[in-house]
Parts: sequence; structure tokens; C-alpha cells
Amino acid sequence: MTWTLLLGLAVATYLQKAVGPLLAGSWDPSPRAKAGLHLLAVPVLAGLIVVQTLGDGRQLVLDARAPAVLVAVLAVWRGAPFLVVVLLAAAVAALLRLVT
Amino acid sequence: MSTRFPSYAGTALAIAVTTGIYGISFGALATAAGLGVAKACALSALVFTGGSQFAAVAVIAAGGSPATAAGNALLLGARNTAYGFVNAPTLQRLRLPGRIAATQLVIDETTAVASAQDAEDDRLGAFLWTGIALWLCWNLGTLLGALAGDSIGDPARWGLDAMFPAAFVALLAPQLRQRGAWPAALLGGAIALVLVPITPVGVPVLASILGLLAARSAWRA
Repeated sequence: MTWTLLLGLAVATYLQKAVGPLLAGSWDPSPRAKAGLHLLAVPVLAGLIVVQTLGDGRQLVLDARAPAVLVAVLAVWRGAPFLVVVLLAAAVAALLRLVT
Repeated sequence: MSTRFPSYAGTALAIAVTTGIYGISFGALATAAGLGVAKACALSALVFTGGSQFAAVAVIAAGGSPATAAGNALLLGARNTAYGFVNAPTLQRLRLPGRIAATQLVIDETTAVASAQDAEDDRLGAFLWTGIALWLCWNLGTLLGALAGDSIGDPARWGLDAMFPAAFVALLAPQLRQRGAWPAALLGGAIALVLVPITPVGVPVLASILGLLAARSAWRA
């Protein structure tokens, strides 16, 4: 990766982030669209969870991550704080890999 | 007047520390892929969207072309455009120079923490706390990882790869109270699951945005 490509990538990813803030003011979403926009992160987060739990490149795999995330879901449901949830998941995955 | 930290500060710092640890693995992977310390750090500082950075480095490590690496990075970064719209009303509370700088912080985590605030007034603070702490930790982690090189070994051995889905579960949970959130989440997850084996890396997460269609009936009501 050359410096030119790296800097080009930096500009392009910044512009991806900037479209919304740039249009704000000249184009304000309707209340309904706003509700939709607020909901936007929900399906993407769900997609991220699925891909990062079960995805390995272009394959679906069941490894130590799945039980770890299951424990994380239980911990969230029981109201555990964020860092506890995350560390618990790491510990479960690391332990499972140690014993298998 | 209370001098206590705002309620979202704990979440922001926890996410930042988590990200810092993940940044260590990014730095190590980037130098292992032959990028060098300077380029690894420049990616984290200037591109600053973890998924895109990992995607780019994965392609380079696998011997793919730089153009493919950039293409994958942009594909994964496309969801930041959606986040830009979500965060636009929040960022408008800043003056122009601040808004220009804060735009760089528009990513998964800042959007999730800001959106999780019930009070509109808390969103800017939550966004900035999360974004700045995360930017610092991500870059510090990258530097440490790049310097340590691949002596850390496989990040998976430490369960690091399970930390991010777990973090996203914790971020998603409070947002499921919104109307139509459950159908949107389930459809988004299902779309991603189905697409993993049949589309290029990065497309499943991008396509999961279509999960919103499941929520349409909920906001029409």
C-alpha cells in the first residue's frame, strides 16, 4: 500500500462520514425519516454481531466465539456493565480454545 | 453543581479500552502484512474506521491488490455514511471547525453510544466522549501493536475476536426498545448470515441495513 493510496483512502473514508453532516441544514429529514435513521444502526449492529460471531472470511464457522457471545447476551440480559460483558466473552473464548 | 462524570462516560471509556486492545492486534497484523509502523499508525489516525482498516490489511496480507484492499475498505466504510445522517443533528450543535473534526469520529461505536442516550441533550457529549477516547486508545493500541510486531501471537488465543461481537451485543440491547427495532435486528442479522458465504467480505454487513424494511410497518403506524 503506497502513501498515495493510503491518503486517498483517508480522504474517501472521511467523505463517506461527511455526506450526512454536509447535507444537514439544507435537507432536514422528516420526523418519520428521522425515526428510520435512528433505527438504522439496529440492523447493522445485528449484521455485525452475526458476521463477527460466525463469519470467517466467506465461510460460516461455529467456534469459540459463538458460546462467548451467548454468554455476553446472558450477561447483558442480567444487566452486567459493558466492560464485564466484553471481558467475560474474551475469557470464555480464550478458555474454550485453551481446553480444546 | 455536580462534578460527577456523565452517565455515558463509563461506557465510553470501556469501549475505548476494548478498542485499544483491539488496536494492538490491528497494529500487529498491519506490520505482519508488511505495512510498516508509520503506515499502520497513519491508517488508524486518518482512516479511523476499524472494519475498513482490518479489511484493507486482510486483503494485503492475503496478497490481494492495493485497489481491492481500498475497495473493500470503502465497502465496509459505506455504513458510516448512514451514521453521518444519524449523527448530523447532534454534530450541528458544534461550530464549523469542531464539526469538521468531529466528523472523523462518525463510526459504529460513537453512533451506538450517542443513539443509546434517551435525552437529546446527552447525545453530543456521549458522541464526543466515546469518539475522542476511542481515537486516542485506538491509535495508542495501533502504535504498541505495530512496535511489538507479531510477537503477540494470534489475537484469537486471547479471545480478542470474541470481544467485538460481545461489545456490539451490549450496544444493540438498549436500542431494541425502539419501535420496530426487533424485526429490523432479526432481518438484518438474517440477511448478513445468508450473505456471508455468497458475497465478498464486507457486503453482508452493508446489506444488513435492508433489515430496516422489517420495521417499516412499525413506523407507519
